[in-house]
Amino acid sequence: MKFAIAVFSPAHAPSSRRALRFAEAVLEGGHDITRLFFYQDGVHSASANIVAPQDEIDVAAQWRAFIQDHRLDAVVCIAAALRRGVLNQEEAQRYQRPAANLPAPWELSGLGQLHEAAQLADRLICFGGD
Amino acid sequence: MAKSMLIISRQGPWGGPAAREALDIALAGGAFDLELGMLFLDDGVLQLAIDQQPMHLEQKNLSANLQALPMFGVDQLFVSRSSLTRRGLGEQALALAVEVLDDDELSALLERFDHVVTL
Repeated sequence: MKFAIAVFSPAHAPSSRRALRFAEAVLEGGHDITRLFFYQDGVHSASANIVAPQDEIDVAAQWRAFIQDHRLDAVVCIAAALRRGVLNQEEAQRYQRPAANLPAPWELSGLGQLHEAAQLADRLICFGGD
Repeated sequence: MAKSMLIISRQGPWGGPAAREALDIALAGGAFDLELGMLFLDDGVLQLAIDQQPMHLEQKNLSANLQALPMFGVDQLFVSRSSLTRRGLGEQALALAVEVLDDDELSALLERFDHVVTL
């Protein structure tokens, strides 16, 4: 089965961790992930500048490793990201901001990517709230 | 066959960007000519109150964007009667033409759509 997964929570919210564990289970179960889409505060789950305390799990780093290891399509909504200061190099330069915090494997794109994923996948699973 | 999507908007209009971001999903999908519905539930019904004056909160008015929904082809618009009642809002004076649904009609509504996104 093909899953599209949308994340609306930052890395420090339990639902971002649950989304990651769900995504891992999808692949372990032999299913496919059509796309991961990060929207609203979920864009913070993609930030490379998160520093987790040493005795806590680093969910943002785990997301990054998971996406890289499995070469997944991971899209961060550009409008939601700009509003929250999650920028790649190109956007940091465009808006003359001092730093970028969204390196590969993440891609910045629009909400059309969420709709496209929902059309291509059998299931759209959303993770938001706490 | 194209899959349909119901967007459930549960947040009030001025507590943060959530209401606008729920609306943006609907407007983006409408631009692709997809079958979309929008349900205003819980505090989301406050988006439909008329004569709001967000300029006092130094915010942009959401009503004009809501009015764009039918123009973008998103004309399946619903609101929960119990959510309206609990917040003291009448069904007659709302900022958008919406179908008012009872609680037992909500589950049937969710069944009708292939995907449901709640914000």
